Amino acid sequence: MASAIFFLDLKGKTLLARNYRGDIPMSAVEKFPVLLSEAEEESSAVPPCFSHEGINYLYIRHNNLYLLALTKRNTNAAGILLFLHKVVEVFTEYFKALEEESIRDNFVVIYELLDEMMDFGYPQTTESKILQEYITQESHKLEIQARPPIAVTNAVSWRSEGIRYRKNEVFLDVVESLNLLVSANGNVLRSEILGAIKMKCYLSGMPELRLGLNDKVMFETTGRSTRGKAIEMEDVKFHQCVRLSRFENDRTISFIPPDGEFELMSYRLNTQVKPLIWVECLVESHSGSRIEYMLKARAQFKRRSTANNVEIIVPVPDDADSPRFRTNVGSVHYAPEQSAIVWKIKQFGGNKEFLMRAELGLPSVRGDDEHGGGMTGGFGGSMGGIGGKGAKRPIQVKFEIPYFTTSGIQVRYLKITEPKLQYPSLPWVRYITQSGDIAVRLPDVA
Amino acid sequence: MAVNRIRGAFAAPRKGETFELRAGLVSQYAYERKESIQKTIMAMTLGKDVSALFPDVLKNIATADLDQKKLVYLYLMNYAKTHPDLCILAVNTFVQDSEDPNPLVRALAIRTMGCIRVDKMVDYMEEPLRKTLRDESPYVRKTAAICVAKLFDLNPAMCIENGFIEALQEMIGDPNPMVVANSVQALAEISETAPETRALLVTPAVLKKLLMAMNECTEWGRITILTVLADYVALDVKESEHICERVIPQFQHVNPSVVLAAVKVVFIHMKSINPELVRSYLKKMAPPLVTLVASQPEVQYVALRNIDLLLQAKPDILSKELRVFFCKYNDPPYVKMQKLEIMVRIANEKNYEQLLSELKEYALEVDMDFVRRAIKAIGQVAIKIEDASAKCVQALEDLLATKVNYVVQEVVVVIKDILRKYPGYEGVIPSLCDYIDELDEANARGSLIWIVGEYAEKISNAEEILEGFVDTFSEEFTQTQLQILTAVVKLFLKKPSGAQSLVQKVLQEATTNSDNPDIRDRAYVYWRLLSGDLEVAKNIVLSHKPTISTTMTSLPATLLEQLLSELSTLASVYHKPPEAFVGKGRFGADEIQRAAIQEQRQNAAENPIAASVAAAAANGSSSVSQSNIENLLDIDFDGAAPASQEQSSAAGTPDRMASPATGGMADMMSMFDAPSASGAPAAAPAGGMNDLMNGFEGLNFGAANGSQPLPAGMQLHGGGSEPKKDSDDLLGLL
Repeated sequence: MASAIFFLDLKGKTLLARNYRGDIPMSAVEKFPVLLSEAEEESSAVPPCFSHEGINYLYIRHNNLYLLALTKRNTNAAGILLFLHKVVEVFTEYFKALEEESIRDNFVVIYELLDEMMDFGYPQTTESKILQEYITQESHKLEIQARPPIAVTNAVSWRSEGIRYRKNEVFLDVVESLNLLVSANGNVLRSEILGAIKMKCYLSGMPELRLGLNDKVMFETTGRSTRGKAIEMEDVKFHQCVRLSRFENDRTISFIPPDGEFELMSYRLNTQVKPLIWVECLVESHSGSRIEYMLKARAQFKRRSTANNVEIIVPVPDDADSPRFRTNVGSVHYAPEQSAIVWKIKQFGGNKEFLMRAELGLPSVRGDDEHGGGMTGGFGGSMGGIGGKGAKRPIQVKFEIPYFTTSGIQVRYLKITEPKLQYPSLPWVRYITQSGDIAVRLPDVA
Repeated sequence: MAVNRIRGAFAAPRKGETFELRAGLVSQYAYERKESIQKTIMAMTLGKDVSALFPDVLKNIATADLDQKKLVYLYLMNYAKTHPDLCILAVNTFVQDSEDPNPLVRALAIRTMGCIRVDKMVDYMEEPLRKTLRDESPYVRKTAAICVAKLFDLNPAMCIENGFIEALQEMIGDPNPMVVANSVQALAEISETAPETRALLVTPAVLKKLLMAMNECTEWGRITILTVLADYVALDVKESEHICERVIPQFQHVNPSVVLAAVKVVFIHMKSINPELVRSYLKKMAPPLVTLVASQPEVQYVALRNIDLLLQAKPDILSKELRVFFCKYNDPPYVKMQKLEIMVRIANEKNYEQLLSELKEYALEVDMDFVRRAIKAIGQVAIKIEDASAKCVQALEDLLATKVNYVVQEVVVVIKDILRKYPGYEGVIPSLCDYIDELDEANARGSLIWIVGEYAEKISNAEEILEGFVDTFSEEFTQTQLQILTAVVKLFLKKPSGAQSLVQKVLQEATTNSDNPDIRDRAYVYWRLLSGDLEVAKNIVLSHKPTISTTMTSLPATLLEQLLSELSTLASVYHKPPEAFVGKGRFGADEIQRAAIQEQRQNAAENPIAASVAAAAANGSSSVSQSNIENLLDIDFDGAAPASQEQSSAAGTPDRMASPATGGMADMMSMFDAPSASGAPAAAPAGGMNDLMNGFEGLNFGAANGSQPLPAGMQLHGGGSEPKKDSDDLLGLL
C-alpha cells in the first residue's frame, strides 16, 4: 500500500506526484534527496527502502528518474517496488521511453494511468495491453466514449473477446540465455541457463492452448516412457494466463493466451554447462608503459552450429592510449568510453579457435594500479546506480547461436482449440541460445 | 504607502498566467475551456498554486468529454481542501455521474468522491456508494469496494451505520475475482485500523471463496488474498495442509511478490504439519527462492533480506545453492552486501572452499565497504567451520600482504575474533605487529592491543609495542585506552620484571589526567588489585575466557518468529518489528496524518487570492482594517509563501513535523514563549493572523530581552526573497 507516488528528477525535484491516501504530508518528499545523500555518505550500500520519522521511502531508479513511493504503514515492500517497476513497464510501452521529458509531455495520460493502476494505494490493473484499450492518448478523437473492457475485471483479465484474424498463427520462440562466471584460471564458478518461451499469438476468439515439453518431471508423473532426452527444469515461472494448479497437478501447461506478443514462461536450469565460447586471456605489462593482452577464443559446440555476432569485451585501464591490434579473424576496436577493447566476430563456427593480440600504451606516471584498490577507489558514488565505476570488471562475451538450445528443451506439441470457431491454425517454433551475463575474470597482470 | 500597495494587490490580477487561465476556463468555446483545464493541470503539476481557479474549473465539471471530466476531477481532488464550501457544487455532478450509463464514468465518480476528503462530500457519499456497490459492472463494484475503505478512513461511524461493512463481507462471494480481491483488501484495511469492527472474519466458507478467487484474480489480488491467508489461524492440521496444498502452485507465478506471499503462507501454516510433509514443502520452496535472486535489484534486495530470515529459522533449505549468491560485478552494492551475509549463512563443510576462493576475490575489489564486509565474512566462515579455519587464516595473511590500509585494519579485527575461538593461530601475530603504525581506527587499534596483551609472554617486544601506546595514551580513543590499560596490566602480570614502570606510568596517567570516569575507574580497580596479592590479580585478569561460537548476527528468537510472519513487508526488510518504525508519538501514524491534514489546511488558509476574494466579498467596511492585515501578511510574503505559512503553523503547533526549516522555526517561536494557539490555529486566515501577531510580539519581546540577538534576521532568512522591507513595514504598522 502506497500513500503517494512521485516522479523525481535526479536532483530530487518533483516532476509529477499522485497523492492516493492523503495521510502523509506531501512535503515529506523534500527530505528524500537529503536522506539519500546522507545515507550515501555513510555507506556505499544504500538500500532501496528506508524509514525516516515514521515515513517509509521506497524507490527505484530508471533512466534520469526516481520513482518514489511513500507509506507510513508496514506495507508489502516487494509489492510496492514491483508496482513501481510495473509503472515503468507500462509507461515505456505508452511513451517509448520513460524519462524526464516524457513525463512532462504526457502528464494528462500519466494521471489517467496512475488513476487506473492504483486506487487508495492498492495496485489495480497493470496490464498495459488492456489499459491501452481504454486509456488512449488520442481519445478525444473518438466519437464514442471509451468503456472499461470486460477483460479488466474478468477472470481472463489479459484477453479481450471478439478478436479476429484471417490467418490463425502462433509463433513460439524458445530463447535460452546462458549466465556464466568463470575465474581467471578457467574454472566455471557458476553456470545457469535462463530459458524463456516467448509467443506471438495471432488467434481468433478465445482459444485454449496446451503446450507439451520434454519435461522430465511430467514424463515421470505420467509414467510415460521417454523417447530421447528429457530435461529437468529447476524452477518454472508462468505468465498469469497459465493455470498454475493444473501444472502443479499433472504438469500440463494450459492457458488462454493474451493477444500478440508475450512471454509464456521462463525456467531455470542449474546444470553445469561448459562455456560455449571459451576465452582465455593473458595480460602482460611491460615496465609500466605498455600493456599487452593475448586472447584465445574457442567455440565449444558442434561443428554444424555457428555462433553469430560474437563480441568479446576486454576491460583495459581507463587511461590507456595508442592501441594496436592483431588478429586472424574479425575486427577489433578500442572503446575508450567503456575503457575496453571489443573484438567482434560475425560468424564463429563450431570447434574453431581464434587468437587476438592487443597492445596499449600507458601514461608513464601512474597512480594506483587497477587491481590494487587504492584508498581512493572505495568511494565510487552509487546514487542507487548499478556497480561503481571502479568495480573490477570482467571480460564479457556476447553471442547468439540459432537453432540450438543448451538445455536440450524441445516443444513436443502445441494444441490449439477454439470450441466456437474451430479454425485450423499453424504453430511455428524457433530455438535460439544467447549469451546472458557471461563474465570471465581477468587474470592479474603478469 | 504600504496600505496602497495592499489595496492594489487586493483586486484579482488583470494579467499573468492566472488571469489567462481564468479567461480560458470561462470561454464560450469548448476547446478553449478544455485547453485551459489542461494548462491548469500542467501548472498544478509544476507545483504552482492554481487553487484560486477553483470556482472556474468547477464550472467545467458537467461535461460529456471523459478526458476533461477526469482532469476536472483530478483538480478537485487536489484542491478540495482549499474550498471545502464550494465542493458542494460538485456533489450534484458526482451523484449524476454515479448513475451514468457508462461504467467508466460511474466508477470514476465513486472513486473520486472517496478521494475528496471534505466532510460535505462525505455526507453525500452514502447513496452513490450504496448503488455502485450493487452495480451490474464488476469494474464499478471493484472500485466501490475500495471506496468503502476510503469512507471508513474519513467517517467510520457512517460506514458502520450504513452497513457498508456487511455489504463488503457479502461481496467476498462475488462471482468476479477482482471484486473479491478488492473487497478483501478493503476489509483487511478496516480491520487493521479498527480491529473491534471484526470486519474480516475468515470462516471456513470464506476461506473456500478466497482459495477459489486466488486462482483467478490478478497478481495484485493474489497478493492480497495470500496476505489474508497468512494471517488466518487454521482450525486444525488438516486445514493447514489444505491451505498449503492450494497455495504451493503460486510458487510458479511470475510476479516475485506473489511468490514471496505464497512462501509466507506456507511457512506459517506448516508449523503444525507433520515433518515429512514440511520437508517436501521446503524442498519445493527452494527453487522459487533461488529464482527470486534473478529479479529486479530492488525486489531482489527484499527477497534477500527475507531469505536471510528464512535461513535463520531453517538453516539448510538452500545449502546446495551457494553459487547462486555469488556477487555479479554489476550488482548494486546493497545487493552485494546482502549476498555476502547469506553466503556465510549457507556455508558448510562441503562448500566452504568454493566460498573462500570467492571471498578472496571480493577482498581485492575496490569498493571499500564491500571489501571490508568480505574480509569480515572470511572471519565468520573460519569461526563457523573449524575445518575451514586454517585456510581462512592463510587467506587473511595473504591479504595483509596487500598493505592496503583498510584491508589491514579489517584483517586485524577479524584475526582477533579468530584468536578468541582458536587461540592456536598465534603464528600470525608477528606479521600483524608489523602494521601497528598503519592502524588509525579505534576498533583495529583496540584489537591489536588486545592481541598483544593476551599473548604478551610470546611476543618478545611486547613491552616496546605497548610503551609506544602508553606514550600517546591521552590522544587515543576511549575504546583503545581501555584496551591499553588491560593489556599493560596483563603484560605486567605475565612479565613482572620489565613492565613495572610501564604499568605505573599508565595507571598514573589514567587516574590523574583522564576525565573519562570509565577509564579512571578501571585504572583504580587495577591499581587496587595490583597493590594486593598478585596471584589473586592473575586469577582475575588472566582467567580463562570462554571461546566464542559465532560472530554472525542472528535475531532473537521471538523477534525472528515475529518477522517470519511479516515476510515481504518493510519489517522483514528492516529486520525490525513494525512498532519500531511505524512511529509513535510525534512521528506516529496518526500524527503524520494530522500533519498531512494540517498541510492541506495551510495551503487553504494561505492561498492569498481565495482569502482576498472571500474577504472582499464578505467583509464590510467595518472589518476592512482587519482583513487588510490578513492580506498584508499574505501579500508581503507572497513569492515567499512558505514562510508565512510556516510561521503561522509554527506558532500554533510547535511540535509540527515538516521540513527542518519549519522545525527550527517552531523551536525559535517556542523559545520566545509564543502563546500556544488559542483555538484552531490556521483553520481560518484570521486565526493564522492572530498567531502570527503573537509571534511578532514574541519576537519584539525576545529582542528586547536580548535572549536572541537577531530573531528577525532568522525569520527573514526563512522568508527568502527580500522580505526585510516588508517586515519593517509590518512592524511599523503594529
